[in-house]
Amino acid sequence: MALTTPGRISFPNARSRARTARKTRRFGLNALGVLVALVTLFPIFWMVSTAFKPSQEIYSLTPHLLPSHPTLGNFSAVMSGQASGIGSVWLFFRNSLLVTLSTVVLASGISLLASIAVARFRFRFRASYLIMLLIVQMIPGQALIIALFLDFDHLNLLQSLPGLILVYAAQALPVSIWMLRNFVATVPRELEEAAAVDGAGSLRIFWRILFPLVAPGLIATSIFSFITAYNEFIVALTFLGQAHSDYTLPIYVTYFFTRGGAEWGPIMAASTLYTIPVVVFFLIVQRRMTSGLVAGAVKG
Amino acid sequence: MVDTVTPQPAARDRAAARPARSGPPPGARFRSLVRRYRLAPYLLLLPSIVAIALVLLWPVVQVTLYSFQNYGLPQTDGAAPVQWIGLANFTATFADPEFWLALRITVLFAVVAVSLTLLAGTLVGLLLHQLGRIMSVVVGTAALLAWATPPVSASVLFYWLFNPDGGLVDWSLARLPHWLVGSTDWSGFNWTTSGALPAYTVAVILVVWQSFPFIAVAVLAGLKTVPAELLEAARVDGATAWRGFWRITFPLLKPIFLVLLLLSVIWDFNVFTQTYLLTGGLGNRDEYNLSLYLYDKAFTFPPSYGLGGALALILTVILLIITVGYVRASVRQGALT
Repeated sequence: MALTTPGRISFPNARSRARTARKTRRFGLNALGVLVALVTLFPIFWMVSTAFKPSQEIYSLTPHLLPSHPTLGNFSAVMSGQASGIGSVWLFFRNSLLVTLSTVVLASGISLLASIAVARFRFRFRASYLIMLLIVQMIPGQALIIALFLDFDHLNLLQSLPGLILVYAAQALPVSIWMLRNFVATVPRELEEAAAVDGAGSLRIFWRILFPLVAPGLIATSIFSFITAYNEFIVALTFLGQAHSDYTLPIYVTYFFTRGGAEWGPIMAASTLYTIPVVVFFLIVQRRMTSGLVAGAVKG
Repeated sequence: MVDTVTPQPAARDRAAARPARSGPPPGARFRSLVRRYRLAPYLLLLPSIVAIALVLLWPVVQVTLYSFQNYGLPQTDGAAPVQWIGLANFTATFADPEFWLALRITVLFAVVAVSLTLLAGTLVGLLLHQLGRIMSVVVGTAALLAWATPPVSASVLFYWLFNPDGGLVDWSLARLPHWLVGSTDWSGFNWTTSGALPAYTVAVILVVWQSFPFIAVAVLAGLKTVPAELLEAARVDGATAWRGFWRITFPLLKPIFLVLLLLSVIWDFNVFTQTYLLTGGLGNRDEYNLSLYLYDKAFTFPPSYGLGGALALILTVILLIITVGYVRASVRQGALT
């Protein structure tokens, strides 16, 4: 070591300096990451924290970060229906679940058929159809709501869940078809042709070959229609009116909130219960969702 | 035509000759028709076309018609006849100062919210790209949670955070030094009823919080497609990270940014749920954006579907202009192939 030339001695020094710089940089980045994560999570944390606080802590002059006397009182007030006066939160859970699942099934089925047409056939109005989807998906709900309200009033579908399901399924279609056609297009045609040569009918080819291979795409589009239906506000607000027993979760939370004399504990408990299913669902399907969304939204 | 007619008598003869047996299977005629005219794609499209036409396209036609009529409650009841009134709904709208206020609020909100969302989303996307695996999962999950929170929950939650009575924001601002937060007395400051500026400040924070994750994830996906060698080469040549971003990354991601920009403009131009809840239902007329103004005209008693229709048309036309840009950007990216 002592025999090394001065030029060589400076070399490890420079390397260690570079290493320190890299470490500092990594530390800085991680610190920034922690900061971003904390700021992003804080509102959600505050919602959950408020939901567990007794009311004297919620309205105390110095806010507590965590409830010092955590209580389930807000949740039980929401579940018993005593807090909102229009029914237990489970009733609205049931409504939302019914609407959301029906929308997902209906929209997935219809868009699977349409995406097969678009991905597997060349026909005359194909490009016009695709452009129509792109344009239709941009029409704002507010622009349609007047005509939808009057039409569904005529059809006696206003204060009902089937009316909502119809509207939500149709609204989910453009993006679902647009996303799903990419997935159908990636299924190799040779597979289907080979099955046809072996004597399989079209239905059999569909169920045994196309369907299993497109299933990941169906999951991605289902997620999309799930969010559309579970979060939808303006149509439900307009259609459901005073039909309290048909309220979906967002309208229930809104009713609670706009009724006046807001009790923040029960409201935050209701919002927490409304938020948990989507959040859990997203955490489970996280990877698929990002790839599907990016494929759907960014590429097209 | 001739081709299609000829097989029919033959089929009928065969069916007549063997009435006891089932003849050709019932689906066979249909299937041969489908094959002959290549109807398969159209049949597959039929359910989607029916649903979209009934729920999305026909209402647009109806709303367009309403906008030239005096359509209101008496007309829906049949108590008074529907009359064509030309452009009266539009002239009434353009003569209303509240319309211009709502338009100004809508445009300003969209400009501010879109810029901040894109900025925050891009920065977080770049950060996610630089972070190690564990940290990027932590930040990504946090962002996902903000994005997944339903708009109604998020709006109610922000209303509570900014509430004058026990809200966390006023409490914190009142404890910060005056040189930082101005001399306003923040304790008990009512964000949602003190005019458009405070109300839409809350709306901007809320919307940016909810939509930056989508931008971040999309930007991250784009960043992964940028060849690392390019940036490495630029770094070796002495380019700073800033220069590397503007000269290499940004030009490569430009198509993605264009689509994200247009999508964000469309979303933020349309915002309804958040502003409806933050401004307290339809309580404050001076805090209406176009969507709230439309909703108020159409559904607050006495409802005027004509005025609402005119506004819906104006909103749709503005969005259509933006959408044309979106479609062109998508087509240029080869989305139709």
